[in-house]
Amino acid sequence: MSVTEKTVDVNSPRQVLTFSLGEESYGIDILQVQEIRGWSPVTHIPQSPEHVLGVLNLRGSIVPIVDLRTRFNLAADFTPLTVIIVISVRTESGRKECGLVVDSVSDVVDLDASQLRPAPALNGSATAGVIEGLATLDDRMLNLLHIDDLVGNELSSRAA
Amino acid sequence: MSLDLDQFHATFFEESFEALDSMEAALLRLDVGTPDAETINTIFRVAHSIKGGAGMFGFNDIASFTHTLETLLDELRAGRMTVTVQISDGLLQSVDVLRAMMQATQKGQPFDPVNANALQTMFKDLVAAGSAPAAEDDLEALFDSLSNAANAENERKLAAATATPRWHIRFRALPELLNRGNDPLRMFEELAMLGTLEVRCDLSRMPSFDEIDPAVCYLAWELELETGAKRDAIDSVFEWAEGDCELEIRRMDPPAPEAPAPVPAPVVAASPVAAAPAPAPETPAPAAAPAPAAVSVPATPAAPAPAAPAPDAPRAAVNESNSIRVAIEKIDELLNTVGEIVITQSMLSQLAARFEGVHADRLRSGLAQLEGNIRELQESVMRVRMLPVGSVFSRFPRLVRDVSNRLGKQIRLQITGEQTELDKTVLEKIGDPLVHLVRNSIDHGIEMPDARVAAGKPAEGTVHLNAFHKGGAITLEVSDDGKGLDRTKLFAKAVEKGLIDPNAQLTDDQIHDLIFLPGFSTAATTTDLSGRGVGMDVVRRNIKELGGNIELKTELGKGTKFSITLPLTLAIVDGQSVAVGNETYIVPLVTIIESLQLKPGAASQLVGHGEVFSFRGDYLPVIRLHEMFGVPARREELHEGLIMVVEGDGKRAGLFIDELLGQQQVVIKSMETNYARIDGVGGATILGEGTVALILDVPGLIRLAAERQVRKVA
Repeated sequence: MSVTEKTVDVNSPRQVLTFSLGEESYGIDILQVQEIRGWSPVTHIPQSPEHVLGVLNLRGSIVPIVDLRTRFNLAADFTPLTVIIVISVRTESGRKECGLVVDSVSDVVDLDASQLRPAPALNGSATAGVIEGLATLDDRMLNLLHIDDLVGNELSSRAA
Repeated sequence: MSLDLDQFHATFFEESFEALDSMEAALLRLDVGTPDAETINTIFRVAHSIKGGAGMFGFNDIASFTHTLETLLDELRAGRMTVTVQISDGLLQSVDVLRAMMQATQKGQPFDPVNANALQTMFKDLVAAGSAPAAEDDLEALFDSLSNAANAENERKLAAATATPRWHIRFRALPELLNRGNDPLRMFEELAMLGTLEVRCDLSRMPSFDEIDPAVCYLAWELELETGAKRDAIDSVFEWAEGDCELEIRRMDPPAPEAPAPVPAPVVAASPVAAAPAPAPETPAPAAAPAPAAVSVPATPAAPAPAAPAPDAPRAAVNESNSIRVAIEKIDELLNTVGEIVITQSMLSQLAARFEGVHADRLRSGLAQLEGNIRELQESVMRVRMLPVGSVFSRFPRLVRDVSNRLGKQIRLQITGEQTELDKTVLEKIGDPLVHLVRNSIDHGIEMPDARVAAGKPAEGTVHLNAFHKGGAITLEVSDDGKGLDRTKLFAKAVEKGLIDPNAQLTDDQIHDLIFLPGFSTAATTTDLSGRGVGMDVVRRNIKELGGNIELKTELGKGTKFSITLPLTLAIVDGQSVAVGNETYIVPLVTIIESLQLKPGAASQLVGHGEVFSFRGDYLPVIRLHEMFGVPARREELHEGLIMVVEGDGKRAGLFIDELLGQQQVVIKSMETNYARIDGVGGATILGEGTVALILDVPGLIRLAAERQVRKVA
């Protein structure tokens, strides 16, 4: 479903919001980012996967909050810098809003397609299949996340 | 046609379904033998506008079917055929067939043409037997040639072809015509839209080439227009050029035979051609036929278009003109925004309560006023979503007629309170349960005429549909003056089915409640009417799902009355907030029976059922909400917290909670918008402080708890 998007991106640099989780740097396409807000306690929802922390009220919408640390098998850790990146995700049942809990937001960078390397196949790891590519920025490695694949299916299917 | 027609499909279907409703209503008004001309016209208009639309969109099955229908109606209208029982029944069936055809087309599914073909053949035979067949062929040929043309074009041409007044227009431009911004070409294009236009240009006053002033118009034209449009319409084309041209408009053919009596002119008063075809847009077509078809009123005195809808069509009158069609999403959006304002306002009020100082009082009184205004706003917006219940009731005259005919019973349907308003969503979902109740009344309630006479009642039974507001809810009643329910039979039946204990002592209400149990049916033999496997338990479940309730009163030999109580809206629920650990949940007030505190040791373990406690002689399971939802609890011992006895789907359970908070009306928000459905959770709402609270789905929760118990045992 993102084939057309990728072909469009080949020649023009894309803007990526970078954030950190533990020691790692991650990036998501800025076009999917709705807003960034400080961490606030969420309302717990039953029968949800561990990394779905709960729901928040975002200007009248009930939005699920996904903890990326838990999703990537890191120990949960909430600090004053912890923020929620509100993103718009394509799912089988249409566009949905979702909040991602990350350690801190770093920067917005331009990424050329030439800077992007395919991710090595990491079968079985928590990030398998959700890394769109790797890029090197100032001697740091950036994991560009494919966010639709990361959370899209969980949001559209009935919670198990 | 380069126009993308798809975008109009939805409108076509929507309008056609409405039109069919009005056609059905008109058919039911139609008296066999002495048909009312306007009623036939209404029916004809519906068939005609559906045909036009279907032809335009290329729904050829529908177009062809409505065409046959129209041919028959035309014969009826012209008085060449009379309305017989066979015809009126056939027409009613054709409404069903058309509905089915359009539903199938709308979904892009194939349609089983058997019924349609049978009806079509019957109508054609009737028409062939009743009048000269030539008319049929002519129309058929005409229709084929037009079927692909645009709707408006189609109808205009049809009107023109059946009436064909020809106009001769002489139009000579004065030299300054072009200076005033008038363009003859535009005017002719406009004329061409009214009908068939022939243009001849007169170049006689054209000067030699070197004398031509490009700003001067030297031309004159002779036009011939064949149109069903009024003289006014033609005049208006030349309105702006008046004074800049010499204009002569003349009717060419002899006017149609004058109607003997002056036709009650519809809306537009003195038209130059009062007796000539009056296009329907001018007639006050009932709103139910929203696509005004250019029906030519035949020059017979039988069909004057009345200036007002017939008095026996109050529904049509209500829906007329002063309303707009708005997508329901827009209203929901509005309602949502208002919900946000309510929340923000209560947030501000809480904040203001903490302020001190000279201005604090003024701030608080301002906020109090704001609160009042917002409540009013919220109620107004809710009212927008409300529709009169009459739109659901209107399907019952047909149902009662069909069913009572088939059973050989004489039944009069009485409808009252059809103006009572109800939320659109509730309205849509209440139709089927009501149908079931009315069928039950006819089938099981009302006796055969001879039995009624023997019991000293009039041979004609009455089924009464009633609606009224009571408190913050609406009550719908279905009552009959039939034989009522026999409590001894009910009891025996329930025992026979193993639903109750033979020695059980039940009150009248409890016995009446038996018919709502799954697997209970009072009719000894199930007929195709009531016994469709849909029992009263389904009716009750549907109503409960809407947050409503159904009750029954019956007296042996006198009749039965079902009362359905429904909330006015599904967007807001009256809720009780409860605390469990650090979470707040909302329990819908209608599901709560009572809250109590258990004594230590009052609950016991029952194998296969988990914890149970005694409540009014029943043992109810305890649902520990914190365990169900996996949240840390503040209180583990049952006697430390509260037990809230709730009921859903006829099952009761005790919810173990920490404490009761407050009661409030909450705006329901869907969890599925951004997430997924969660078992046991009906939705969410936003509390005054801006946090989210989940609204419990009590029937779902009870079901979920039972499933978990089974899993634990297994």
